[in-house]
Amino acid sequence: MSSFWNIWVWVLSLGTIVGCFLLLRMCLKNFADVAEGEPTGHVYDGIEELNNPLPKWWSTFFLLTIIWAFGYMALYGLGNWTGLLGWKSSNQGILSLAESKAKTLEYLEKDSGVLVQYDREVAAADAKFGPIFEAYAARSIEDLATDSEALKVGQRLFLQNCAQCHGSDAHGTTGFPNLADKDWLYGGSPEAIKETLLYGRKAAGMMAWSGALGGEQGVKEVAAYVISLSGRSVDPELAKAGKAKFALCAGCHGPEGQGSLAMGMPMGAPNLTDNIWLYGGSQRVIEETIRNGRAGVMPAWKDILGEEKVHLVTAYVYSLSQD
Amino acid sequence: MKNSHEKIEKNVGLFFLFTIFAVSIGGLVEITPLLFQKELATPVDNLKPYTALQMEGRDIYIREGCSNCHSQMIRPFRAETERYGHYSVAGESVWEHPFLWGSKRTGPDLARVGGRYSDDWHIAHLTDPRSVVPESNMPAYNWLNTNTLDGELTGSKLETFNFLTRNRSHKDENGNAIPLYTQAEIDGAQEAVKGKTEMTALIAYLQSLGNALK
Repeated sequence: MSSFWNIWVWVLSLGTIVGCFLLLRMCLKNFADVAEGEPTGHVYDGIEELNNPLPKWWSTFFLLTIIWAFGYMALYGLGNWTGLLGWKSSNQGILSLAESKAKTLEYLEKDSGVLVQYDREVAAADAKFGPIFEAYAARSIEDLATDSEALKVGQRLFLQNCAQCHGSDAHGTTGFPNLADKDWLYGGSPEAIKETLLYGRKAAGMMAWSGALGGEQGVKEVAAYVISLSGRSVDPELAKAGKAKFALCAGCHGPEGQGSLAMGMPMGAPNLTDNIWLYGGSQRVIEETIRNGRAGVMPAWKDILGEEKVHLVTAYVYSLSQD
Repeated sequence: MKNSHEKIEKNVGLFFLFTIFAVSIGGLVEITPLLFQKELATPVDNLKPYTALQMEGRDIYIREGCSNCHSQMIRPFRAETERYGHYSVAGESVWEHPFLWGSKRTGPDLARVGGRYSDDWHIAHLTDPRSVVPESNMPAYNWLNTNTLDGELTGSKLETFNFLTRNRSHKDENGNAIPLYTQAEIDGAQEAVKGKTEMTALIAYLQSLGNALK
């Protein structure tokens, strides 16, 4: 704050409080031309106004609020002066996370003389919870997946951050994978799950195929073949025609339709033979998928949750498909 | 001593003036100095102007009254930052006209919702919130899927924002202000949004929220 505005704040704040005090003092004097307790001569509807003084309790409280105001300003500051406590709710002038972190570290030092409420709150919580997360982070995911306490923490984090897409039971919904069925798009090993959580996944993206397949008829044929892969009965003629066209799909889904993961590629192309359908397995939906394409995205959680918490969520997700 | 109170007790105009003066002191002390403070005019380092599509999405956000139920203001309490991320800072809002901080949270805060969910999730959720969050009481906004933008005013909106933010934009190495939008961007704005659905625009806006503080 420039010195002009600093002076502005000081003068107006102190002026108001001193003004209130002078007003109170003036009002405590008897300035009507009548003795205290006597009628002022004002009569309305038969009600007579007496020249009574201000109630003692009221004027005392008024005075106390003035004293309170001075105490408050002395502790919490005024204008550019930070006050005796050096109190701030947070660091507001920051322009980047690095700057925020630097200020936090600067003010957390005991002799900085500044008490940033938020930073103290976080530091206190870190001192309490930090060692717990640290201890968990040092253990392997397989180990944590058998520790009911760790799983409880992981589950809470999951419910808070993951359930919006994957559901509170982690069984997913249309377009958002079931995490408890042992069918994985990017791998179900602890390492793969953790990587998915930390950095997110962006499916290579299934393009819209209706053009390349020669229109609706091609879409129908390939759909029939895809449905037949999981052992459901289809028109054999259609499926046969579809099989010939499936070569186009094999690049991602594999020659047998077993999915990109089975071929060791993290592209997110699902296994088409297991009768587990991310977007729905009806003929209509499969045709729509082929016609318009799909592209699922898993957001990255590293910056939001941090590695230690992701480690616990990984353990929870991993535990869901362990018997 | 004469009862000088009578002057204001019997003169409503004078009484009105004194009242206005007394009431305004709080604002004069707490608000006026802020208007001249540097941190309210300095954008955070990574603040980027809304693209034409995001700008249209923002107007849909305003039209549908999203800010009646969703705040965009993370307060500096650990309970909030644990859930939403770093608390909001002034430099993130210097280009907001009007700001959409909101004051009520029937739904969660959206200040840093960008990148938290996939586009697909937003489509599912805006079309039918209960399809992904069964206990949600958010209304469905399925018309966003069918309404398309004509973009007739998009260019003017960008121009207006250039004007509104003229004293608060980023500066180049010589200290000259860099306008939010170039003339080419303004000219191409309509083309950039024309024919896109309102859903696409709104999601583009939502995905842009809160990524500036890096």
